[in-house]
Amino acid sequence: MFDTALSANDLVFLAKGAGITIVVTAISVVIGTILGIIFGVIRVQLGAVLSAPLTLFLDIFRSVPLLIQLVLANAFVGMVLQLQLSGFFVACMVLSLYTSAYCAEIVRGGIDAVPTVTRRAARSLGMSWGQDMRYIVMPLATRVALPSWIGLALGVMKDSALVYVVQVTELLKSTQILITRLQEPLFLLLICGAFYFIISFPLARFGGYLEKRWSND
Amino acid sequence: MIEIQNVRKSFGQLEVLKGIDLNVEKGEVVTVIGGSGSGKSTLLTCINGLEPIVSGKILVDGTEVHAKSTDLNKLRQKIGIVFQQFNAFPHLTVMENVTLAPRKVLGMGKAEAEAIAEKHLNHVGLGDKLGTYPTRLSGGQQQRMAIARALAMSPDYMLFDEVTSALDPQLVGEVLETLKMLAEEGMTMILVTHEMSFARDVSDRVAFFHKGIMAEIGTPAELFENPQHPETQSFLASVR
Repeated sequence: MFDTALSANDLVFLAKGAGITIVVTAISVVIGTILGIIFGVIRVQLGAVLSAPLTLFLDIFRSVPLLIQLVLANAFVGMVLQLQLSGFFVACMVLSLYTSAYCAEIVRGGIDAVPTVTRRAARSLGMSWGQDMRYIVMPLATRVALPSWIGLALGVMKDSALVYVVQVTELLKSTQILITRLQEPLFLLLICGAFYFIISFPLARFGGYLEKRWSND
Repeated sequence: MIEIQNVRKSFGQLEVLKGIDLNVEKGEVVTVIGGSGSGKSTLLTCINGLEPIVSGKILVDGTEVHAKSTDLNKLRQKIGIVFQQFNAFPHLTVMENVTLAPRKVLGMGKAEAEAIAEKHLNHVGLGDKLGTYPTRLSGGQQQRMAIARALAMSPDYMLFDEVTSALDPQLVGEVLETLKMLAEEGMTMILVTHEMSFARDVSDRVAFFHKGIMAEIGTPAELFENPQHPETQSFLASVR
C-alpha cells in the first residue's frame, strides 16, 4: 500500500535544510531580540513624540510583507551598495530587523505593565535608573512579555521559509526540491511538517515551563 | 532636619502646593491631615525628589533636594518612603525584597544584608515570612514588609503616605502599631494619614492641609482640641 522513493540521503538533505532553518531563526531571534529590547526601551524612555521616527521605521518592517522585504533588501545590497553579500547574510539581516520590530512592541508592552508605584519604590530606595531597569523592570516585564515573545520566535521560525527567495535552501525549499524530483508532495510535506514541529516543540514547552514556574512566585 | 521653604508644585494647570513652609526637626513626628486633593501626598513625593517642584526649596540636612548637582540616589538612601499602594517587588521573596537595595545600592554582602533584613523583618513581625513571595501576604503584611525594606537602608527620615488607606479595616491596626513603635524609637517621621486618633497619639505636631496650603499646624492638643482655622474646624467635624 505504501511505497516511497525517499532515501536515507534525501532525509539527510532535509535535515540539512532543517539545520539552515534553525540557524537562520536562532541568529535572527537573538539579534532581533537584542535590538528589540534596545528599541523598546528607547520608545518607552523617549515617549511617543520623540521616538516617532523610530516607530515609523519599525512600522515599515511590521507592515511590508517579509517576502517583499527580502527581495528588495537583496536587490538593494547588490545593485545599490554593490556589495557581494551571501543570501544567508541578507536573510539574517532582514529577519533580525523584522523580529526586532515586533519585539520592540512586546518589550514596550512589558515595561508599561510594570506599575509606576513599583518603580517609584525602587527609585525611592536609592536605586539608579539602570538598577531599577535591571533588577525590577526587566524581570517583571519578561514575565509579561514571554508568551508573546515565544509566539514571535515560533512565527519567525515559520516565516524563515521565505528566505528561499534570496537563494537560501532551508527546510521548505529542500522539501520542494525533493518534491520536484520524487513527485510525492503529500508525503514529503508531512515529513517537512514533522521537522518544523520537532524544532518548535521544545521552545513552546520551555515557554510553558517558565510561565508555570513564575506563576508560583 | 528637613526644611521646606515656600514650595510650589503644579500638575499641568493645577497648582497642588501653593507655598508650603515646614521644618521638621530630627526625632520629630509630624503628621499631615487634610481632605483629598489638599496636596499632602504630593509634598512627600517632593521631599525625596520623586516629583520636581516649580519654585521654593526643600533641604534635607542642608542638601537641596531639587538642585541639579544633588545626587538623588544618594540622598534617597537617607529618606525612606512607604506608599499607599502596595509596592512589593512581586518576583522577589520577602527577604530578597528587603536585601535588594542594601546589596545593590550600598554594596553590602549577602550575609550582612540578610542579617539586617532579618532584624527589621522580625521587628515588624514578619520573621516567619522570609522565603514567602509578596503575593501570598495580606495587605497589612505587605505594608509592614515595605516598612522593613525602607528601614533596611538605615534612613534618617521616614515618610509614610497614607499607608493604611488601601487596607481592609481589620488590617489597619497592625500597621499603625508598627508605625507607633518606630515613632517611640525616635525615628524622624512625616506621616500623611486619615487616622485621626493615631495622629493624635503619635505626633509631636499635626499639620492641616487645605487646597495646597498649610492652613494650620500645632501640637495634637492645640489642633484637635482648639482648631483656629475654620477649614480645620469643619474638616475635623466631618471626620469625627
